[in-house]
Amino acid sequence: MAHFTKATSVKDWLNQRLAIDKVEKVMASEYWIPKNINFLWAMGMVLVVTFVLLLVSGIFLLMYYVPTVDEAFYSVNYTIMREVDFGWLWRHIHGVAASVVFLVIYIHMFTGIYYGSYKKGREMIWISGMLLFVTFSAEAFSGYMLPWGQMSYWAGMVITNLFAGGSLHADGLVEWIRGDYVPAQAFLGRFFMLHVLLLPLAIVGLIGLHFAALRIPHVNNQDGEEIDFDAESKKYLDGDKAGSKVIRFANDFMSKDIMVVGIFLIFFFYLVFWNYSFALDPVNFDPADGLKTPAHIYPEWYFLWSYEILRPFNIDLGLILFGFAQVIFVFLPFLDRSPNTCPANRRGTMFKVWFWLMLSNMIILTAMGKLPPEGVFSTIGLVAAIVFVVQWLALPFITSREKKV
Amino acid sequence: MENNSRRGFMGKAFGAVAAVGAVGSLVAMKKTWDPLPSVKAAGFTTLDMTTYQEGVMVTEKWRGKPIFVLKKSAEVMENEKGNPEAEARNIKIGNDNFMVAIGLCTHLGCIPAFRPDENDFLCACHGGMFDASGLVKKVPPPRGFDIPPFKIDGTNLILGEVGPEWQSMKDNGVTL
Ligand code: FES
Repeated sequence: MAHFTKATSVKDWLNQRLAIDKVEKVMASEYWIPKNINFLWAMGMVLVVTFVLLLVSGIFLLMYYVPTVDEAFYSVNYTIMREVDFGWLWRHIHGVAASVVFLVIYIHMFTGIYYGSYKKGREMIWISGMLLFVTFSAEAFSGYMLPWGQMSYWAGMVITNLFAGGSLHADGLVEWIRGDYVPAQAFLGRFFMLHVLLLPLAIVGLIGLHFAALRIPHVNNQDGEEIDFDAESKKYLDGDKAGSKVIRFANDFMSKDIMVVGIFLIFFFYLVFWNYSFALDPVNFDPADGLKTPAHIYPEWYFLWSYEILRPFNIDLGLILFGFAQVIFVFLPFLDRSPNTCPANRRGTMFKVWFWLMLSNMIILTAMGKLPPEGVFSTIGLVAAIVFVVQWLALPFITSREKKV
Repeated sequence: MENNSRRGFMGKAFGAVAAVGAVGSLVAMKKTWDPLPSVKAAGFTTLDMTTYQEGVMVTEKWRGKPIFVLKKSAEVMENEKGNPEAEARNIKIGNDNFMVAIGLCTHLGCIPAFRPDENDFLCACHGGMFDASGLVKKVPPPRGFDIPPFKIDGTNLILGEVGPEWQSMKDNGVTL
């Protein structure tokens, strides 16, 4: 270009410099969305909104939080909760959103698995999504450290000890990660940095990648139907809006997204105002004490299933299976050998059973992870952990035998 | 053509300069993340072993970690007879026998609780158990409590300094 004419309006002036018309088309008015998708497809937008809530509430908390081992606990539980006007609101929003965001992520994930949205050309959407999940987990964990209560301290102790690699006994590595022999000032400082800068930066980048990965293969739909987006969008632009299988992202599809987001926000603020305590562990209202372990140590609910996979085995095997559980979802597009992209219930008995068993098994693991590791609960946990691993190992075999539908 | 190879050479040369810089900054980043010298230096604790009572477990602190000190009763010593693993972990000061160990579960680092009636330790995190000498009674912990480096100095025990008794424990694989 580089040839500028005298602008006829502000919009024209910007257009010559930022190509806002083009950007608007690519991002919104000519970004095509299939018509046959249900409310589960709005979870992406719900996640964006929750992330913004986390960011904004986090910024307000950041102004009074003090990242030192002596003051962290009181800056959260006294200054922010009692002194700062509306400080409690930001903390409750932040705490509830941190918990709810995982619920929505899990729904988003299992929606993808159910409808086969990770298949055929959409692998990068899935992989970038799983990277986001991992980064969100690290973000949640580092944030959990910051109030420096008993659970923070001991969760930090236990999780960093995982890096000793069991019998490898890499204590040097653990001490390097902590910057001390036990979680202390160096540890708090670096996790504070990770939580407020490095990880959010990574998350924003990954969200960009996740969206970019979506732009070319386009979003999947309820029937896994292969839509010719060029032909269908042409139909739409030529005026056959009813006959076309696609609609514009903005403003047509957005209106549906916004409705779901609206309902979600009602539920969300109900939690923030009347039921915030579920996201705050009572043990974390004791200041950190390196010489006293709480009776039961368990992570937040969203980590329980993988924690339970670690628990019933000896340390080395437990660590290996734990690592397996962390990464195996990333490989889903390659472990699923079937040619079908359609809802799990239409893919034949085998995959249908696989899907519902995986979902219920993860709920069972979550429940067992919360219960004390004794008696029948240990046994159920052990069986569920084995079923989880076996299911993943069996996936390539059962899917390669699946008939084309 | 000649131009291209010149550009190619320039590119490679500056690439090499950048690579050296990148490696250098990685070293700096690694070292910045290391424990501070002041943290490493503050590593010694002296215990006066005459102050402990039989059968009462006391938790001391060394390098921020809890240290279990248990003066063993005659009964416990009797039970241990003929158990070389347990005997090898005894720290003898005068006529008394002590268990001194880092009070962190060797599984994932929780602090097990002492149960005086059973004379053992229970780790609430994943149900691990240790006996009065610090050996594993019930998994998941992979090994007994670690014994901190110590030096016997009369009736004092200096933690953080390596004495001959601890060195031989380490050489014999009694502790890590
Ligand atoms: S930390 Fe003690 S049993 Fe796991």
